Amino acid sequence: MDPTFFLIQVLNGLQYGLLLFLIASGLTLIFGIMGVINLAHGAFYMVGAWLVWWFAGQFDSFLLGMLAALVLAAALGWVIERTLITVLYEREHLDQVVLTYGLILVLNELQRILFGTDVQGVPVPEQVQGSLRLTENLTYPVYRLMLAGICLLVAVAMYLVIQRTRLGMWIRASAANREVAATLGINVRSLNALVFAAGTALAAFAGMIAAPISSVYPGMGDSIIVISFVVVVIGGIGSVKGAFLGALAIGLADTFGRVLLPEFSSFLVYALMAAVLLWRPTGLFARA
Amino acid sequence: MYRFKTVMKRRTAVKATLAFGLGLAAAGALPSASSAAEQVKVGLMLPYSGTYAALGEAITNGFALALEESGGALAGRDIEIVRLDDESDPGKAVSNANRLIKGENVDLLVGTVHSGVAMGMVKAARDSNTLMIIPNAGAGPATGAMCAPNIFRTSFTNWQPAYPMGDVAYDRGYRNVVTMTWKYGAGEEAVGGFKEAFTKRGGNIVKEIYVPFPNVEWQAELTEIASLKPDAVFVFFAGGGAVKFVKDYAAAGLKDSVPLLGSGFLTDGTLHAQGDAAEGVLTTLHYSEELDTPQNTAFQAAYQQKFGKAADVYAVQGYDAAKLFEVGLAAVDGDISRRDEMIEAMRAAKLDSPRGEISFSKAQNVVQDIYLREVRNGKNAVVGVAAEALADPAPGCRM
Repeated sequence: MDPTFFLIQVLNGLQYGLLLFLIASGLTLIFGIMGVINLAHGAFYMVGAWLVWWFAGQFDSFLLGMLAALVLAAALGWVIERTLITVLYEREHLDQVVLTYGLILVLNELQRILFGTDVQGVPVPEQVQGSLRLTENLTYPVYRLMLAGICLLVAVAMYLVIQRTRLGMWIRASAANREVAATLGINVRSLNALVFAAGTALAAFAGMIAAPISSVYPGMGDSIIVISFVVVVIGGIGSVKGAFLGALAIGLADTFGRVLLPEFSSFLVYALMAAVLLWRPTGLFARA
Repeated sequence: MYRFKTVMKRRTAVKATLAFGLGLAAAGALPSASSAAEQVKVGLMLPYSGTYAALGEAITNGFALALEESGGALAGRDIEIVRLDDESDPGKAVSNANRLIKGENVDLLVGTVHSGVAMGMVKAARDSNTLMIIPNAGAGPATGAMCAPNIFRTSFTNWQPAYPMGDVAYDRGYRNVVTMTWKYGAGEEAVGGFKEAFTKRGGNIVKEIYVPFPNVEWQAELTEIASLKPDAVFVFFAGGGAVKFVKDYAAAGLKDSVPLLGSGFLTDGTLHAQGDAAEGVLTTLHYSEELDTPQNTAFQAAYQQKFGKAADVYAVQGYDAAKLFEVGLAAVDGDISRRDEMIEAMRAAKLDSPRGEISFSKAQNVVQDIYLREVRNGKNAVVGVAAEALADPAPGCRM
């Protein structure tokens, strides 16, 4: 491979990895830290994309549309936690699977009733529409580079909040042992609602920010759910750092797999997961 | 008059309840009390949920429009329509088809969009010798190796719209072409059609790229295309993937240096979402909303009036499915027990479709003109006819 194209493929891999991290980041919070098996993660992603499509059209501004969509998504997460998830903490994982699977059906159907079944597109915001010339016939959209930057920011912010702030300490304490945390004066009820709402908002945010380079269509969340779990599991359940490195590894493996071993590209990611789990059964950076 | 009835399944029942809870009536779900004996029963097994729901709806609309044009009855027989959501799930295809064939005793089975599901239906229709019309799924074997006298197709084979693009590409002076599609039946058959025509003329396929279905991340492949510097790229994508591919292709700056060619589904029902990125993309298909013929203008106007939107290619295919059935019914004065005569008449049918004149091949797949279209100002403008009265070669069909 020509060195220029090799470097471009590295860029592609890193950029895809960062996007994967963003897509999986909400799941890191809800599944990784809270321990709720949230199959509806993809549905939240889908909700974000459709909301930003609708609001951006209403306000004629992507940024305003995203703000409105973010608020609504967080509120949706909060309501779902308060009314549904809250009864599940003390119950088996299987109950969580059934409930969150039900949420997928309900949210997909609501989407169809509210917005219809057509495929939609969200235009890239004007300010970042340009592209950089890489080779004589290949350019790289500025929006994609910006996306990579935002994903990095989200990763750093999540890491700092969870590892370095009092709030993060509460979250970790409550994840480790809910009863003890409550006895120590942490308001576990509000904390859970907050973390779930943040996780939902992050999943929806990923859908929003990916909407301009993707397309918006019914059931779009169903395709990201598996890869999101792969990222969280490879990284080690509950570890932001692990999810970040896991996502980058998957992005690079997938990109080079497609170029060098196209016949095997569809399962290369899962082979990587199997290899990581054989080597470290709890993932790269599992919580002790 | 024709009536709609929906076969309830557990999931549909949940959906209907949900819709009621929100104070919305489930569209078209009007359960009938008992079926009158004199009615002809048609089972529409189509996707009414999921990714292909819009296609299922368009086909149903087209079928309903054709019925309405003839006063709700075909050849003097009232029609009762039974709808079943196939969920685009091949695993349930045979059992769902049998619910209509054995449970509802339909006289005609119409379906579907997803090729895997359609093949399951073909199997069920063959086993029970039920008359069947395929209004979309392009899987070659349905009117190829699996062809049967009771199975018709009013849509296309995946080969059909792609093959003429091979000639178009060569005639435009392209000699080295990269092809790209999802690794699944429809994509492989379409690329096969293009390749057959293009290499027959002396063109060279530089590389065939396949991405796993339904993956829509292809930055790596676009980079590879840039490094290969072909004269043009031929692709088969549809729906959300088509929107994303056309946008990514333009954003990568490839559109200006390497022309993008495709089977028409690349730019059908997706142009509003693709925006400027689709301008100039060349596709071949058996229809365009822009066709300037009296038949199409009248069809579009009627569809617009009834459903409040423009008819797409799927609506036309559904419309022609009803028209083909009407030819069969008319030939026997509505007496469906004279099945062989009905089939004979349908085989010989010549329909004045909104897409132009169509007839049927020995394998009972539609024979039709394939148009060359270019995206101009957000529309699929018809540039010319890429192939006249093109019939699928139907490999493996012994009939």
